[in-house]
Amino acid sequence: MKAVLRHELSSCFTNLSGYVFGAFLLLFAGIYTMVYNLQAATTNFEYVLGSMSFVFLIIVPILTMRVLAEERRQKTDQLLYSLPLSMTQVVVGKYLALLTMFLIPLVIISLYPLILTAFGNLNLAAAFGSIVGFFCLGAALIAVGIYISSITESQAVAAGLCFVVMLVNYFIADLASMASSTAFGSLTMLILCALIISGIVYLMTKNGFATLMCAAVLAGGTMVAYAFDSSAFEGLFPAIMEKLSLFEWFYVLIDGVFDLRCVVFFLSVAGVFLFLSVQSMEKRRWSE
Amino acid sequence: MIEVNHLCKRYGNHTAVWDLSFHIEKGQIYGFLGPNGAGKSTTMNIMTGCLAATSGQVRIGGFDIFEDAQQAKKLIGYLPEQPPLYLDRTPREYLTFVARAKGIRESDIPNQLTHVMAVTQIQDVADRLIKNLSKGYKQRVGIAQAILGDPEVIILDEPTVGLDPRQITEIRELIQQLGKDHTVILSSHILSEVQAVCQTILIISKGKLVACDSPENLERLFAGTATVNLVVEAQEKNIRGILQDISGLVEIHTKPMEDGCCQVQVELEGHDDRKACRDLFFAFSRANCPILQMSAAKASLEDIFLELTQEEKEESAK
Repeated sequence: MKAVLRHELSSCFTNLSGYVFGAFLLLFAGIYTMVYNLQAATTNFEYVLGSMSFVFLIIVPILTMRVLAEERRQKTDQLLYSLPLSMTQVVVGKYLALLTMFLIPLVIISLYPLILTAFGNLNLAAAFGSIVGFFCLGAALIAVGIYISSITESQAVAAGLCFVVMLVNYFIADLASMASSTAFGSLTMLILCALIISGIVYLMTKNGFATLMCAAVLAGGTMVAYAFDSSAFEGLFPAIMEKLSLFEWFYVLIDGVFDLRCVVFFLSVAGVFLFLSVQSMEKRRWSE
Repeated sequence: MIEVNHLCKRYGNHTAVWDLSFHIEKGQIYGFLGPNGAGKSTTMNIMTGCLAATSGQVRIGGFDIFEDAQQAKKLIGYLPEQPPLYLDRTPREYLTFVARAKGIRESDIPNQLTHVMAVTQIQDVADRLIKNLSKGYKQRVGIAQAILGDPEVIILDEPTVGLDPRQITEIRELIQQLGKDHTVILSSHILSEVQAVCQTILIISKGKLVACDSPENLERLFAGTATVNLVVEAQEKNIRGILQDISGLVEIHTKPMEDGCCQVQVELEGHDDRKACRDLFFAFSRANCPILQMSAAKASLEDIFLELTQEEKEESAK
């Protein structure tokens, strides 16, 4: 695992992606610190992080597009398979390398609130709490990016797909709040989601039976629940979407509430997607 | 050292490898031979754990490649068909990564690197980016990666493809050198190559093992018919009469020459070359016809290969 970590880390420095990633992060941190803290003279550094969270839409694809897709394209994945390494070691090693890449600019950013204390009274707890939150959000999103990179062979496709997923994740709470919040509206949206999930299952497994079972359980379960208690469906869809959006959880931390549930949620998301990446790498051996 | 038992691999409806079983002993050079698409690479990929088999088992030094993957993989060095190189690295960085991943102790890495770079002669390019190296050097970096950590088994998939003749000879010499203290398995669709370096040949066709023996034995096995070419001082019309008593006669081709001599090609069944020549010599001498030239045409490995892989085609055509 250490070998993969060191190798991946030096990869980030031999090609441009590491530098572009860091530069983007620092650029936006700089701009927002300028605007909020220096020009508008607020003492809340957490607003800077809150406003710049959209930067993940750009930097996560940049950082993660290469990581597994390029191995596959250059056929170096065959080397990884034939070396005495487990896929978990490979994926976790790469993930830790990317986290390190993310941590470097973050260390620089965490100097900003310290510098700002020279000019006024900052709530350092809130500032650093939100920096930790920012790191956890990034950690979860990078895991999602790694998974997306593991399902394709092309960096460009991985980057595009990753950007779309980040974008949807960013806006989904806003979009869902515009959707009908009546009980029946929620039901239709949830059944639609069940069908989309089944479609993804079919794309991944090419197994008609599994797809049907998945659709039957998800959509059928939803309908049964609706028949049982339709009033619970009122406003359910927007509420679920809000809970699914990683960014919404981050905004809780920005408000100065260091809610451990948020941290646990981010870590769980990271864990799930790393697990899926390992499975996706293992799957290639069976279907190549 | 390596046991392969009833290996099958299917891609959807296409069967790439069907019921393949063989054993690989320690300290020999093995050659996988087969036409393109015969399943050589698939077999090698399964043996090294890059690919999962549909059914069957591969054991390396007693460790199952799937159950005890880590242990089994420590015993093998693998060079896939396309050398798995990180193009934006130098060979030194690349080999350091592989050495670490193979679990070689940090303090041993410099010595190991010097050793494999010397064996594969890549010291001169050790600090250039791999993407700028020629095909031959890339191949050698790939081999260096495979032999790093001194694994007991070295598996090379078509190691000489795309190289120029001089590089091919060099790589072959390298393989022969490695064969002295490693088990080497290489695949190729070029006969002369396998014949030149391997002690045992496994011929694979349509995913099945059709023959497994030393090159000499294979030749002997298929030398059931001996073909002898002669130039005899005799009339063309008499030749059939002279040869009619020889046992196992299959076919005679004659062609008259200008100076009263005659070219004869005789095919005999159930003879080795020597007995065939002796019989022919006495037959002609009894008829007072001097033999001016005589040579036995050996059944070459090429014929055997064609015959074996041809049979498969006919079978599948039925």
